[in-house]
Amino acid sequence: MSENVTLTIDGKDITGEKGQTIMDAALANDIYIPHLCHHPDLAPYGSCRVCTCLVNGRPQTACTFPISDGMEVENDTDTVNEMRKQIVEMLFVEGNHYCMFCEKSGNCELQALAYRFGVTTPRYPYQFPKREVDASHPNVWIDRDRCVLCARCIRASKDVDGKHAFDFAGRGPNRHISVDAADGIEHTPVDADDKAVQVCPVGSLMLKRQGYKIPIGQRKYDHEPIGTDIETGASKKQ
Amino acid sequence: MSFGGPEVCHTKQERLTMSESLQSAIKEICEVVGNDRTQMMEIVEQVQDRFGCVSSEAMDLIAQQMNCHRVEVMSVVSFYSFLSEKPKGTVVIRLCNDVIDLMKGANHAADAFRDELGIEFGETTPDGKITLEWTPCIGMSDQAPAALINDEVVTYLGSDGARNIARQLKEGTAPSKLVGRLGDGNNANDLVKSMVHNNIRNAGPVVFAEGIVKGDGLKKALAMSPREVINDVKNSRLRGRGGAGFPTGMKWDFTRQADGDKKYIFCNADEGEPGTFKDRVILTEKPDLMFEGMTIGGYAIGADEGILYLRGEYAYLRAFLDDVLANRRDAGLLGKNICGKGFDFDIRIVMGAGAYICGEETALLSSAEGMRGDPKNRPPFPAQKGYRDCPTAVNNVETFCKVTRILEKGPGWFSEIGSEGSAGTKLLSISGDCHKPGVYEVPFGIKLREVMDLCGAEDVQAVQIGGPSGRLVGKDSMDDQICYDHLATGGSLMVFSRKRNLLKKVLNFMEFFEEESCGYCTPCRVGNVLLRKKIEAIVNGEGEPADLEYLQTLGETVKTCSRCGLGQTSPNPVLTSLESFRDVYEAALKPALKDGSQPEFDIRAALRPAEAIAGRASSHFAE
Amino acid sequence: MAEKPKVATTSMAGCFGCHMSILDIDERILKLIDLVDFDKSPIDDIKEFTGRCAVGLLEGGCCNDENVKTLKDFREHCDILIAVGDCATMGGIPALRNNMSVKECLDEAYSTDNRKGPAVHNPDNIIPNDPELPLLLDKVYPVQHVVKIDYFLPGCPAPADTIWQSLVALLTDEPVELPYELIKYD
Repeated sequence: MSENVTLTIDGKDITGEKGQTIMDAALANDIYIPHLCHHPDLAPYGSCRVCTCLVNGRPQTACTFPISDGMEVENDTDTVNEMRKQIVEMLFVEGNHYCMFCEKSGNCELQALAYRFGVTTPRYPYQFPKREVDASHPNVWIDRDRCVLCARCIRASKDVDGKHAFDFAGRGPNRHISVDAADGIEHTPVDADDKAVQVCPVGSLMLKRQGYKIPIGQRKYDHEPIGTDIETGASKKQ
Repeated sequence: MSFGGPEVCHTKQERLTMSESLQSAIKEICEVVGNDRTQMMEIVEQVQDRFGCVSSEAMDLIAQQMNCHRVEVMSVVSFYSFLSEKPKGTVVIRLCNDVIDLMKGANHAADAFRDELGIEFGETTPDGKITLEWTPCIGMSDQAPAALINDEVVTYLGSDGARNIARQLKEGTAPSKLVGRLGDGNNANDLVKSMVHNNIRNAGPVVFAEGIVKGDGLKKALAMSPREVINDVKNSRLRGRGGAGFPTGMKWDFTRQADGDKKYIFCNADEGEPGTFKDRVILTEKPDLMFEGMTIGGYAIGADEGILYLRGEYAYLRAFLDDVLANRRDAGLLGKNICGKGFDFDIRIVMGAGAYICGEETALLSSAEGMRGDPKNRPPFPAQKGYRDCPTAVNNVETFCKVTRILEKGPGWFSEIGSEGSAGTKLLSISGDCHKPGVYEVPFGIKLREVMDLCGAEDVQAVQIGGPSGRLVGKDSMDDQICYDHLATGGSLMVFSRKRNLLKKVLNFMEFFEEESCGYCTPCRVGNVLLRKKIEAIVNGEGEPADLEYLQTLGETVKTCSRCGLGQTSPNPVLTSLESFRDVYEAALKPALKDGSQPEFDIRAALRPAEAIAGRASSHFAE
Repeated sequence: MAEKPKVATTSMAGCFGCHMSILDIDERILKLIDLVDFDKSPIDDIKEFTGRCAVGLLEGGCCNDENVKTLKDFREHCDILIAVGDCATMGGIPALRNNMSVKECLDEAYSTDNRKGPAVHNPDNIIPNDPELPLLLDKVYPVQHVVKIDYFLPGCPAPADTIWQSLVALLTDEPVELPYELIKYD
């Protein structure tokens, strides 16, 4: 039997299981902690920093930090949300995010976070980096302009698909997704039904011929902010 | 080993043979390390060494041989600045561009190299022989400007020296023949043969004391139980000397108590903090003290294996250190049944390849495991789950030296030196505007003013304490103590006189962090670029009052939200200079432009390409 | 009756879609006319500012020297500048050229060498260079990179309701607070 742990998130008492991360405990208690690199089916990674909370006054990422008895977590406060907003804005200026023609628009988690935080435009200057697109595969393509380096595809391909078709190359501002072949994604064993292809939070790793399928107005984040399903408990009923 | 390039240029016929030889060489290199995936650093460094690059073909071959994915090899090769996919010259010149080297005239050496070789930095001569690159601090700030020519270190490099070196290299002189008069102490050892000087200016009672007998500390430790050893280290109040200052005894206690049969002890000799070079001197003059401390640590935590992670820049010390290890084995101080006490322990060396982040302990472990130097998530801490998921203690070079002395002379002897909260001595690496740059072993609690007097610093405007990740302080801090509670430092002290432009120093530090961020997390990867760009604008006279608030907010977010020590400290040059030298910023700012224009927008630069193509000037914005 | 505040609008490196969106406020345009007078704007074809304006609406980013001139002109004549639409706020579609040089960009558009230009009959490979033609900037700049901007209304185009609500709030001294559904980037 699992051991119970009690903690508070924004003053609310919640109970979790020993060994859980703050993120998992929060999700189980219908509390939304904004996140981007975290995915429930993948190992925690802690790269985007959007889920940063103050844990007993110290900044920690909810997706990687284990809960403990008496822990006090500050999540939905102005201070914390302001930092998250800045991180989201950093991601927007770092890449080339052309939402107006992106197939993922309306269903994109990065865009949805910006909507939730009320970002009308990032406060930082756009960097306009040069990034490579790889459309060599018959069914899948990578647009690195949109990549937020969350490693979801890397983790899914390695741990779920068992293929290790992706990994990071380069470092610092030059860090980017590389594929397991010298000459493009078509030479990797990636398939359209790979977990790796399904988990991209943005429009970076996409299925071909699937764009704009859902009309504007019916997309995931057209009417309700990201996290609403968690806050209302709707995500669990599905 | 060397980080140089191939010995000759190849014809087509030779390239075919090379392809075969590449295959057989890689097979051999991988087999030597038992096709062990965690030895990837050793493998790619060897391939780089022998073929001048780790080519696309080489990556495929390594992946085949190691039964891993090509992209895994790619991810490692593309991470370290001493490794490259594209071929480099037989000789690679890496000129140091840290703040101190630039202050001491590195740009003159750079101009001479450019002129004599006819190439820019980042380029290779058309004959494929010589590559010219910048590199961050190589641990020679006390004898700057300095450069690495393959593995050889050249110091005090002026314009004439650089020109002379470039000429000789063009004539085919081997880099090892470029070394001028050998340095003092073990720098002149046959296995080192470098022109590096120790510059030990102040020998304190702990590390640089005379008459330390090899093995004394270890023998005393082995006469005690591991728990007693840890208690001695605890009682000595020793704290880590790398910068973070964690109590060493407590770290060892955690590691000892952690679950797991196999445990490791690591020595962090990835001395990359700009302006720090005291570990270089320990590695050269007191390696026995360090290795003995590691052995004691191994005994204390229950490890039978220790690893010295040595930065690639110190490759010139590798053969010497291997020899020191061999001698210790011969003397019964390493290996099986040490000192006849039934304790088995050995040490091996893992080389870094040019990545500051690997000084962060979890990144160091990733690197030693044969991966990119990405830090790991914490918790779990290395003491619980470190190298190969085993409990691991990582300590600094200087910390281990102190352990040996504590075991030899007793914890009471040690804790009486220094100040109340900071026991013992500290090795300082002092560089910049002072008469006597070098290494100073001083008791903790010494005032900054006293240190400035010792090193002969006059007309001090500011001191960078603890390197770029530390603090920039001014006159107000002269009576503060060097210790964990006031002016904490891993050892670097850079002195800037009144004639120096402090904002340019801040800019240099931010360029460094931008280059050295691993890029794993958003705030560090993006935030440092944004901080650097804003500082650059201010230095260029495009700053306005609102920028200070922007820098403060951005800096704090990067500091708060970054994943590891790099990003948590990288805004410090900006934040601490804003605190201590706000007037310097204010003097550089201009009032906001009355017409509402953004000062950083440069219409002239923006129009240049189109004006050149059209052959006419803008009718709206004339020159 | 007190003089009505003036509004000016311009379309720089944009597609005029955001101006269509302004018109898309439908019958509310009559209310708008009650609230404001239009000054320099393609809507009324007034070419030069006739006086000080309360609000300037900016469509499009800055891709050439003429855009920069216009933008600076707007900053000078308007109390409040609003970047309307994604091209103004982040460069938009025109900024797709930001990863190529001006030369490559012009060749791509006009040159028939190596079949670079896709649809132009231009056997002499002439790149238009009349003195009347504005000169391209090295890249397309979002408007806030060039002058200080007070408000941003994203969208492609910025939705009519977003423009309407923001304008009314500004003209009635209310805070510009957009509900969730009105901040959209597409």
